[in-house]
Amino acid sequence: MRHIISLLMENEAGALSRVAGLFSARGYNIESLTVAPTEDATLSRMTIVTVGSEDVIEQITKQLNKLVDVIKVMDLTEGRHIERELMLVKVKAVGLGRDEMKRTADIFRGRIIDVTDATYTIELTGTGSKLDAFLEAIDPAFIIETVRTGASGIGRGERSLKV
Amino acid sequence: MEATGAEIVVRCLAEEGVEFVFGYPGGAVLNIYDEIFKQNKFKHVLVRHEQAAVHAADAYARSTGRVGVALVTSGPGVTNAVTGIATAYMDSIPIVVVTGQVPTPAIGLDAFQEVDTVGITRPCVKHNFLVKDVKDLAVTMKKAFIIAATGRPGPVVVDVPKDVTAHTTEFEYPATVEIRSYNPVAKGHSGQLKRAVQMLLEAERPMIYAGGGVVLGNASEQLVELTRLLGFPITNTLMGLGGYPATDRQNLGMLGMHGTYEANMAMQHCDVLLAVGARFDDRVIGNPAHFAREQRRIIHIDIDPSSISKRVKVDVPIVGDVQSVLTEMLTLLKLAKEKPDAAALNTWWTQIELWRSKNCLNYNRNSPIIKPQYVVEKLWEVTKGDAFITSDVGQHQMWAAQYYKFDKPRRWINSGGLGTMGVGLPYAMGVQLAHPHAQVACITGESSIQMCIQELSTCKQYRIPVKIVTLNNRYMGMVRQWQEFFYGSRYAESYMESLPDFVKLAEAYGHVGMRIDKPEDVEAALKEAFSPALKERLVFMDFQTDQTENVFPMVEGGKGLSEMILAEEL
Ligand SMILES: Cc1cc2nc3c(=O)[nH]c(=O)nc-3n(C[C@H](O)[C@H](O)[C@H](O)COP(=O)(O)OP(=O)(O)OC[C@H]3O[C@@H](n4cnc5c(N)ncnc54)[C@H](O)[C@@H]3O)c2cc1C
Ligand SMILES: Cc1ncc(C[n+]2csc(CCOP(=O)(O)OP(=O)(O)O)c2C)c(N)n1
Ligand SMILES: [Mg+2]
Repeated sequence: MRHIISLLMENEAGALSRVAGLFSARGYNIESLTVAPTEDATLSRMTIVTVGSEDVIEQITKQLNKLVDVIKVMDLTEGRHIERELMLVKVKAVGLGRDEMKRTADIFRGRIIDVTDATYTIELTGTGSKLDAFLEAIDPAFIIETVRTGASGIGRGERSLKV
Repeated sequence: MEATGAEIVVRCLAEEGVEFVFGYPGGAVLNIYDEIFKQNKFKHVLVRHEQAAVHAADAYARSTGRVGVALVTSGPGVTNAVTGIATAYMDSIPIVVVTGQVPTPAIGLDAFQEVDTVGITRPCVKHNFLVKDVKDLAVTMKKAFIIAATGRPGPVVVDVPKDVTAHTTEFEYPATVEIRSYNPVAKGHSGQLKRAVQMLLEAERPMIYAGGGVVLGNASEQLVELTRLLGFPITNTLMGLGGYPATDRQNLGMLGMHGTYEANMAMQHCDVLLAVGARFDDRVIGNPAHFAREQRRIIHIDIDPSSISKRVKVDVPIVGDVQSVLTEMLTLLKLAKEKPDAAALNTWWTQIELWRSKNCLNYNRNSPIIKPQYVVEKLWEVTKGDAFITSDVGQHQMWAAQYYKFDKPRRWINSGGLGTMGVGLPYAMGVQLAHPHAQVACITGESSIQMCIQELSTCKQYRIPVKIVTLNNRYMGMVRQWQEFFYGSRYAESYMESLPDFVKLAEAYGHVGMRIDKPEDVEAALKEAFSPALKERLVFMDFQTDQTENVFPMVEGGKGLSEMILAEEL
């Protein structure tokens, strides 16, 4: 099962490597990992997307909690949550394909944020699967470059991860 | 008052009540050594290899329950120390290792004797710090001691760049510090405790499985009271030995790969298992699928949630400090109206006694060659079962565990998790310094002892009168045993060629050496070594033991716990 784990940790040098090191040392999967400071600059918030059996996910959350720098861990997938990922895609936009590309981007609520005679750069946000769907909807031959942030997430309603 | 970083390190150690710092100097720590020279609050013990400094600090911690301290220089000092740190980590031992580092402006420039200490040690420490500002030094030292000693204990590394040891700041040692991200649980969940007690009282074939957590958490007294109150059988892991007296009838001995027949059978066939500070290690439960074949309900007390349901699913997890949890359990048990089912317990004990009557630790007592088991038995007799025993890794370690009956905790000092050959002698040093009047023996093998043999020199310098009991089988016996069983007796590189004359070697270092060839001389040699005449001397006893002796019982890797190979079957 795919899980989205959110955590708050001390914003200190080496903190990221403690988490990354834990995953590689124990052979856990990382699908994506994003990290940035929060509104409180002493804290970093990290979102890790991982895949594993229930037993493995249980160990992952326990091991993360055990890291001395980690303050709180939440498995977002255990409750209602919102997941978003940002993708930038540079595509060929020439001839008939140019309009077609714009239409497809519109359908996916993408925004064209950079234009040349021959290219569009499209910004898309959504769940990972929506971004995948966009890439499947366009002709792969038109894709020049893609960059994705990896998922970040937040609990719905009152559900929150705070110190 | 203003102080330099070096002074701060030294004063923090003094404030912590540190008695011994085991270390080795070098460029990056010279400022610290200069401050050590000027003080008299603690004693510095100069080892002959940084690995031994960490092992000695680790043994100091194991035998006293206090935090052990080691000090090493940057680069090779650190890499030499890593084996010691990893050894302490695997057995959850509280130590603080202060490491020198190149000056902060030089970090990352491949400076002389630079290694990424925080990176190298990260996977084998509970936590580590790089102190970049002298203002953070005192607080970091305090945090290091708190983190090492509380919760599930473990090693903490404090990496101090040389310029930080020269910079000055106002020094004040905080009495304590708040670490918002670190709050180990102490008390067990009351609902879970009630469920656990109920389950224990309903048991028909109960079993208590107690590990190193009982020793680490100083909970022997509570464990003994609980076990006696319930009348249940109990087994100890290798790390738990001494947590419950070995000479007590209710104790079935060690379990696991080289556990007793009765302990392993009872573990496999019990219907309620109370696991206390033990982590269901692969050397303990054998093949987990085979272990799961029998139905049993499991209660697991551990301070570290990640130890629970890691390899074996449990029914009642209790996260908490073992001493506090057992105390609460005792209160609940004493209040309970029900009593354990006496009839069922009687039947269960009858079965256990049947298993016990196999006498699985029996060996040939009439051999003309010295049997290693015999040496350990005699050592137990001569020291009246009251010595501190350290060991190295191999067959001798298992015989020490099986035949020296530990009745008290913190008397058995060995490397269980990492299985580090070479720990025995430095462990004995750390223990003897902590307990200057106690009898300390190191049970070792001719291969293991050579891995830290240089420490004989440290023992001379500090007059550390440990007794070394070498079970010399001229083989890496444990390796030889596996090759005999699983590799068609092809003894690839497990024969110890060109052994030194250990008697002369001991003498060269200024100690007493003895070589013992015949069984009838074993007892006399041990008595002499422990006699008042040699009380102040290190004695190196080289027992020429049976080369082909194997450790039994044995559960092969991948096999079930009840599928033991017994001595009599071969
Ligand atoms: C050659 C060789 C052969 C071996 N054969 C065997 C064998 O036959 N049998 C055997 O048992 N071992 C054997 N071992 C050792 C084995 O590898 C493990 O080290 C050992 O079994 C682990 O012991 P433990 O489960 O008691 O855990 P430990 O490693 O001692 O861990 C202690 C547990 O207690 C917890 N804890 C710590 N403090 C507290 C507290 N205050 N309150 C609550 N919980 C706490 C910790 O979180 C941890 O889970 C062998 C090792 C070697 C080198
Ligand atoms: C540092 C290290 N290297 C290798 C091993 C693997 N190993 C385990 S036991 C053993 C042999 C130990 O021989 P000895 O000290 O003579 O003890 P014996 O088994 O003969 O009693 C070896 C090589 C180890 N545990 N530690
Ligand atoms: Mg040997």
